[in-house]
Amino acid sequence: MNDQEKPKLNIVFVGHVDHGKSTLIGRILFDTNSLPEQKISEVKTICEQQGRPFEFAFLMDHMVEEREQNITIDTAQIFFKTKSRDYVIIDAPGHVEFTKNMITGASQAEAAILIVDANEGVQEQTKRHAKFLSLLGLNQVIVVLNKMDQIKYKEERFKEVEKNLQDFLGKIDISPSFIIPISAFEGDNVTKLSDKMPWYQGKTIIDALDTFKQTKGTAEQSLRFPVQDLYKVGDKRIIVGQVASGTIRKGDEVVFSPKNTQSKIKTIEKLDQQLEEAVTGENIGLTLEDPLFIDRGDIASLANDLPKTTTKIKGNIFWMSKKPLSLNDSLTLQCATQETGITIKKITNRIDSSTLEIVADESNELKITEIATVTIQTDNEIVIDNFNEVPELGRFTLIRDGAVVAGGIIIKE
Amino acid sequence: MNHLDELENKSIYIIREAYNQFKKIAVLWSIGKDSTTLIQLCRKAFMGKIPFPAIHIDTKAKFEEMYKFRDKWAKKWNLNLIIAVNEEALARGVRCGKSNSFDCCNELKTNALKQCMAKHHFKALILGIRRDEHGIRAKERVFSPRDQKFTWDYKNQPPELWNQYRSVSDDETHVRIHPLLHWTEIDVWEYVKREKLPVNELYFAKNGYRYRSLGCKPNTKPIKSNADTIDKIIEEIKNSKVSERAGRSQDKEAAYVMQRLRKLGYM
Repeated sequence: MNDQEKPKLNIVFVGHVDHGKSTLIGRILFDTNSLPEQKISEVKTICEQQGRPFEFAFLMDHMVEEREQNITIDTAQIFFKTKSRDYVIIDAPGHVEFTKNMITGASQAEAAILIVDANEGVQEQTKRHAKFLSLLGLNQVIVVLNKMDQIKYKEERFKEVEKNLQDFLGKIDISPSFIIPISAFEGDNVTKLSDKMPWYQGKTIIDALDTFKQTKGTAEQSLRFPVQDLYKVGDKRIIVGQVASGTIRKGDEVVFSPKNTQSKIKTIEKLDQQLEEAVTGENIGLTLEDPLFIDRGDIASLANDLPKTTTKIKGNIFWMSKKPLSLNDSLTLQCATQETGITIKKITNRIDSSTLEIVADESNELKITEIATVTIQTDNEIVIDNFNEVPELGRFTLIRDGAVVAGGIIIKE
Repeated sequence: MNHLDELENKSIYIIREAYNQFKKIAVLWSIGKDSTTLIQLCRKAFMGKIPFPAIHIDTKAKFEEMYKFRDKWAKKWNLNLIIAVNEEALARGVRCGKSNSFDCCNELKTNALKQCMAKHHFKALILGIRRDEHGIRAKERVFSPRDQKFTWDYKNQPPELWNQYRSVSDDETHVRIHPLLHWTEIDVWEYVKREKLPVNELYFAKNGYRYRSLGCKPNTKPIKSNADTIDKIIEEIKNSKVSERAGRSQDKEAAYVMQRLRKLGYM
């Protein structure tokens, strides 16, 4: 498979304002030759005219500004390329009023880079962003300690900040895959190992990124097929959906949960095609040997490997609506294609996402940008899985008056 | 699963999700390469027969080749084709190329679409826009609400998590669905090639010129090009970054950066 054919990895850059996000993105684009010559020379010329050193942050800001001005450009989605694959940088704004957008962006990411100024250490947005990464279940995280040049590349300072960070991240259940001392400005440890930090023998940012995997489920996992819809094509009744994990084969004995009805796969279909099998991520149509009564939201699994069905779930949620959540509120929960009415029975561990301070151990309400653990009673039985095994069935959104007001990850009881 | 498979699967999921949520729905077909790709994805989503109409907004000023292409493939694919024309504006003498371009686009495109949506009571529209087309589109959602004036409040959009698409639609609003948002221009051409999709002959170079995008005849200009095959077009787009930018006014660009630098406290 050549580079073009490989799926791109979506990556989100987060961190406190002025900790060097723009500089790092600019540096990565430059060092991986992902920028048109002309863009670089434009910014160089301007910097020379100003008698200023060339700064990578300008490259990024230049592009961001163009976006806001609605000028046609090809950098609205920013791409870069390494030896092993292409990356897409996802737009995820930092300020608190854009939390909805930050979460929308980060929910599309498969990996994240958290940037922390080695001088300043953990700041407000560092906390909020890291917490949201944790809540979204992103576990491929690189932490970079930036501006090492400003602390004279000292190992002691790095160790000190690293320790504080580890303590903080540990508390919010993030174990970073890598912690890398860098200078985005000077290019240390970004695409090549720095000779100014001989004490660091780990990976560069680019090499660290290349170790990450696509997080979509694999063909070897348990089969989960959430029914999306039912179509009548000619005289055939076709069950359509996207395989959420595992492999489905013609002739498989499958059970539809939570109804618990069983049949055998007669055909697996796509337009003008009959398949022997289909894997995670594929959109297919199924026909069965028996005329079962199937609905959207039913989950098909192999008869010998069934998921859990329940009417009570516990989840960590983040609240995104101006109107607060109150105890005993009735909402709609969506998990994959499942939808059910729910009641909020308990709100615990209510946290302010900026300070990460606990607002209340147990509470009657939850306000915008706050985070909590909630206990949910569902009206109908639903099918869930461990988020780390089948993400699609381990996460959910909450809906009020038709609008998404919260997102969350199911946690163990 | 390779890159194109992944794009295709994501798009099909979105299209099926849209149809599940909105029965009064239609797909916009401008006869260009993107919306033809979109039609193909809809055909795949519904196993060949698209269960809702395709709308062509006809300004009566399209290229002859586009009308021929439309009629041929609408028939082949058995599309339920609605041709939306603002007859009232045409009767008043509004013509593409004669009136100023804001007026004619507004009358013959936007208003034609508004009339069509009102007549058929559509609550959702599937469109083939891509994030890499316009800067502002980086901020688009897959399911994107529009108010009754068709305006888009991009600063206050609902959140959209993972692949859980949902949007409120009431009597006053409609929802735009964007299944190609994550595709690039090159992705579209590679998909056209892989799927052997028909695309209009105007895209291919003749006598040193070709059309990179297709619109109304009076305001669509061809580019200099010798790309007369899909492979050559892909190659051309890959290498065109520099020249595309070179076409823009350098002065304006420099002044622009200057302004930005000033804002940052320089000079």
